[in-house]
Amino acid sequence: MLTNEQIERYQRHIALKEVGGKGQQKLLDGRVLIIGAGGLGAPAALYLAAAGVGTIGLADADNVDLTNLQRQVIHFTPDIGRPKVASAKEKMEAINPEIMVNAYQTWVHSGNIGGIIEGYDFVIDGTDNFAAKFLINDACVLAGKPYSHAGILRFDGQTITVKPGESACYRCIFPEPPPQDAIPTCSQAGVIGVLPGVLGVIQATEAIKFLLGKGQLLTGRLLIYNALQMRFKEVRINRNPKCPLCGEAPSIRELRDEWGAMNQCDLEKK
Amino acid sequence: MNLIVNGQKAAIAGKGSLSVSELLDELNVADPLYVTVELNGDILDRKEFGHLSVSDGDRVEFLYFMGGGGGSC
Repeated sequence: MLTNEQIERYQRHIALKEVGGKGQQKLLDGRVLIIGAGGLGAPAALYLAAAGVGTIGLADADNVDLTNLQRQVIHFTPDIGRPKVASAKEKMEAINPEIMVNAYQTWVHSGNIGGIIEGYDFVIDGTDNFAAKFLINDACVLAGKPYSHAGILRFDGQTITVKPGESACYRCIFPEPPPQDAIPTCSQAGVIGVLPGVLGVIQATEAIKFLLGKGQLLTGRLLIYNALQMRFKEVRINRNPKCPLCGEAPSIRELRDEWGAMNQCDLEKK
Repeated sequence: MNLIVNGQKAAIAGKGSLSVSELLDELNVADPLYVTVELNGDILDRKEFGHLSVSDGDRVEFLYFMGGGGGSC
């Protein structure tokens, strides 16, 4: 039963026939994990908190620094030096004191990710490196956990939602990570600050739709966005029978860390 | 030969068919070592780029890695 205050807080949701009181209750009962409290994770965390997703996990080992503030809108200038998860949790609870925010101040790796994703209904990959992106994909697919992938660079972004066993996974598109330092990072190549806002909000939208059980998820379709041209395009992605993770004869049966996909700077942080 | 490349019509001069590797060359596709190629909806195995060929009317998509962030280093 929603309280009077909840009915007021979520009135604009409840007014939607696709949500209503029942749907809002699903959001309040929902559990979403966001890995990475940076450019993608910041808007996702703010909107999921505002939407009343009852339990939100946030995993990131990093501290806020000055270069983050151009795009990571959940962190403010006085937060510089603080753990990102603490800074983010504070803002989320200020928006919506009735939600529970579980902060994991750690990098995910093959040894801890299974335990972290276990209690959640849906996972958002808001990370910035391929080792983490492949690990999250592998962990979610092996655990049968639906998740949203997104990647950004310069003025471009792309995102896809993965329903393990039903739709294509990240490795169906990219079977192996690129070699170390083959693909520039945003710190090398730059990123327009609004870009992760667009992609992170799409990821949050997918989480909300999944919890509501409404609409069509971004499964089997890679959505590619270019901010300079202001174009969205969709590429249909079928499941790949040769996928090393979810194909017909998978070679990956347990989690492994893709150390080769780390950038030098990622390794220095470990 | 006419293809649909990344959703746009592309006319490829010359031969009636060419291999995926030759197509990457012909179109000067960026990062040919890391690009993922989707041909008529199927993701191709990189090892097959040399002997799989594209022909008139095929739909080809080039998909790229996008990571992001770059944290604080």
